Amino acid sequence: MIEGRIHSIETFGSVDGPGIRFIIFVQGCQMRCQYCHNVDTWAVRPSQGCQWKTADELLDQAERYRPYWGAEGGITVSGGEPLLQIDFLLDLFKKAKARNIGTCIDTAGQPFTRKAPFFDQFQELMEYTDLLLLDMKHIDPEAHQKLTGQPNANIIDLFRYLSGIHKPIWVRQVLVPGRTDQPDALRRTRDFLDTLTDVERVEVLPYHRMGLYKWEQLGIPNQLADVEPPSQEEVDRARQILGAV
Amino acid sequence: MNSINRNVAWRNFKGVKWTDDVNVRDFIQNNYTPYDGDERFLAGPTEATNKLWGKVQELQKEERAKGGVLDCETEVVSSLTAYGPGYIDESLKDLEQVVGLQTDKPLKRAFMPFGGIKMAEEAAETYGYKVNPKFHKIFTEYHKTHNQAVFDTYTDEMRRARHSHIVTGLPDTYGRGRIVGDYRRVALYGIDFLIEKKQADLANCGCGVMMDDVIRQREELADQIRALKQMKEMAKIYGFDISGPARNAKEAVQWLYFGYLAAVKTQNGAAMSVGRISTFLDIYISRDLAEGSLTEEQAQELIDHLTLKFRMVKFARIPSYNQLFSGDPVWATLEMAGIGMDGRHMVTRTDYRFLHTLENMGPSPEPNLTVLYSSALPDNFKKYAAHISITTSSIQYENDDVMKPVWGDDYSICCCVSATQTGKEMQFFGARANLGKCLLYAINGGKDEKFLNKDGTHMQVGPEYAPITSEVLDYGEVLHKFDLMMDWLAGLYVNILNVIQYMHDKYYYEAAEMALIDTHVRRTFATGIAGFSHVVDSLCAIKYAKVSTVRDESGLVVDYKVEGDFPKYGNDDPRADEIAVWLLKTFMTKLRKHHTYRNSEATTSILTITSNVVYGGATGALPDGRKAFTPYAPGANPSYGAEQSGLLASLNSVAKLPYEYSLDGISNTQTISPETLGHHEEEQKKTLVQVLDGYFNQGAHHLNVNVFGVEKLVDCMEHPEKPEYANFTIRVSGYAVKFIDLTRQQQLDVIARRAHKRL
Repeated sequence: MIEGRIHSIETFGSVDGPGIRFIIFVQGCQMRCQYCHNVDTWAVRPSQGCQWKTADELLDQAERYRPYWGAEGGITVSGGEPLLQIDFLLDLFKKAKARNIGTCIDTAGQPFTRKAPFFDQFQELMEYTDLLLLDMKHIDPEAHQKLTGQPNANIIDLFRYLSGIHKPIWVRQVLVPGRTDQPDALRRTRDFLDTLTDVERVEVLPYHRMGLYKWEQLGIPNQLADVEPPSQEEVDRARQILGAV
Repeated sequence: MNSINRNVAWRNFKGVKWTDDVNVRDFIQNNYTPYDGDERFLAGPTEATNKLWGKVQELQKEERAKGGVLDCETEVVSSLTAYGPGYIDESLKDLEQVVGLQTDKPLKRAFMPFGGIKMAEEAAETYGYKVNPKFHKIFTEYHKTHNQAVFDTYTDEMRRARHSHIVTGLPDTYGRGRIVGDYRRVALYGIDFLIEKKQADLANCGCGVMMDDVIRQREELADQIRALKQMKEMAKIYGFDISGPARNAKEAVQWLYFGYLAAVKTQNGAAMSVGRISTFLDIYISRDLAEGSLTEEQAQELIDHLTLKFRMVKFARIPSYNQLFSGDPVWATLEMAGIGMDGRHMVTRTDYRFLHTLENMGPSPEPNLTVLYSSALPDNFKKYAAHISITTSSIQYENDDVMKPVWGDDYSICCCVSATQTGKEMQFFGARANLGKCLLYAINGGKDEKFLNKDGTHMQVGPEYAPITSEVLDYGEVLHKFDLMMDWLAGLYVNILNVIQYMHDKYYYEAAEMALIDTHVRRTFATGIAGFSHVVDSLCAIKYAKVSTVRDESGLVVDYKVEGDFPKYGNDDPRADEIAVWLLKTFMTKLRKHHTYRNSEATTSILTITSNVVYGGATGALPDGRKAFTPYAPGANPSYGAEQSGLLASLNSVAKLPYEYSLDGISNTQTISPETLGHHEEEQKKTLVQVLDGYFNQGAHHLNVNVFGVEKLVDCMEHPEKPEYANFTIRVSGYAVKFIDLTRQQQLDVIARRAHKRL
């Protein structure tokens, strides 16, 4: 029986995919984004707070919320980085589809590669996935490396791959003043997105400071401690450039 | 009634039964027009509305500046005819489409001594007014009050229980309220027809053998007839003759309001509900619109002005009352929507018009607008209600699908969440029992953890059963002792209420309201539960974790040490939720064992209003980790911090409580930040409707919906003077208040409750 490393559950997700969704936050991520608001999900094997759960356990729990889902809702796996547990994800989504539950992955794409065995599993996973919420951390490779501690070439490749198989995606850009809000970079992002098919939606998520306490609790130094959230004006400008909702 | 009158007033109305007998439901079902469209037909406020509402807001500001009361009567005992006409403003009186005030001046509080003279005097004194001393003499020496009669009768045990707050909030110093006269009858039939019917009832009351019940009924009927006659006098003071039926919408609104005004001139009940009037009034408005005698703008103006009057109802209260029910509420509860027995929904354009008052005149706690919800209501209406929730946080939702099978399709909400068949039923309101304290009494053998005797020992309030002496609490032992203590509490509580209701009938009878209710009335006996979630979580802690006792020098348990995790109510966890269901069923079953006054039907509610702060303040630490003398969670809400899996898990837990065991209502209050509902309003409305559909389709009863962020509450607490906060309204357990009218402790309590917002 495959088990997933689960950080927590949110029964009422209404901005992580279409409709009302049951959000499964998985544990573990290899990106180290400066603005991460879920640093407590970074550690792959944390000392505490992580539970092992099977697909059926989670789906049984999720189905308690079917009355709220309407025609569009379902489950979203977020994190953490869901693709780090692709065995589990595949099992979960296969079983979800068997129960007629809508499936969505909220990912930064970092584990993506076209090499086996990951790629075979990923291709199969896409058969059971309705939608991906893809983070665009930064279009520029250097800036991306600096911002997240990881390269972006394979992530850009993931966007292209999904476009190639016509998989619907929502693109999300977190707007961090001084880090991700350069108009030039946003324009390059837009140009890139315009080359893709099936981008159903682009969202600009303004950086907020409500996750800072977690950094403090875990004793991880935070480089954005002095950065304020963007103004509404800045958000609107970014939305306009990106053609976001 | 003469037939010319009838032909004019009832022109184009269909149906027969309602024309012979008083039967407003039959009239509505034969004549209303369901509306499936959207809100685009609605009209904005007229100039007159803006002027009048502007004036009332000025007065409200003045009232707040004066410490909460603008003016207070000290010389006149309130009655239907005690005053000449009163208007919002003498210079604007021609603009008022609906006239009538409780006293001679707007927002002036009437002197109502029949509930208790001491309280009436204290209420005035609190705000710097001195009641004429002659009234003290009259209402102590010549005329007994409800309050005095109750205290003449209470046993020592009852007084102790009241003192320790194991039962509290009792209507033994003020009107019990929660009786909804069928005010629509005044409009549909006119007073003369109603008098005729009551006279016939009196003539047929009893066979001549004078037993208690017949004597009492005959006296009450005589009082009702007298009240009806006085209503006509009251209307005459304003230049109206309400002896015949209303002939058009404007008269219907005015006649109906006179009926309600009669209630709030004579009773100062905690809840003075308006009832289910919107579908009824829509019939008159539709007829006038069809005849071309009324425009949409005028129709909206009528509803706006009627609502304005409901916003102005006030009573003089004492400080301890204000602590229980904060923010000066009157529960002028007014319902809309619902589904008829024949399957047609009952949404009309006037349901929209009432909701629209919150846009035309801004948010307001009163009237307490209540949507009788079903997922089968038209989508347009559900979306509009959601829009009003998102923009004003001023309305509540109650599940028509669970209430209709019990109460039919013409019930009103007589307080926050309690249904009552309009014109067919009355309710004996009875506050609530503190089950948290009851659990502590079970552990401590009936000794109170807070209240002491003069010699410093803990007061023996409950029966002196053997206390628990072990260090670690054993679930089986606690449960057994708790069961016995609940037996005692249920019996004592019901009997306290029997005293109160008997004396209220005798000394403070609601003649005006009962005159608008059928003579052969069904009575419910409404009890309530406080501390619900804390008891459930405490039992879970004892069952699933290790709970050790911490004792004071006398050996009384004053605190608990909990080791290990335990499930909590509010997470859709069956282990905790099963205990919640057990608790409700068990207490209700115990209540039902006892004789209730006038063969009334015992019901219970899980509803606290803002009294969760006072109840918690009187109750020691509990095994769930709640600290001593801190607020309870309100109503049936899960405890603060207990919810770990988000809003829907919390809703699912509450939805499991069977309404059939809590027919007086299960109140749940939730706050959602707008960004959690969606990026923009279209999305937010859709999400909120889905939440309501999902929750109510599982048989849940009630939901208060607030949509704002915690930041706004904090800012409002720190800067109450900002103009945008003057009418900032929030839903608390079962009603709405202006946030700036809450005490600081209650404001902090509201802020502490976790708003549902995900990072």
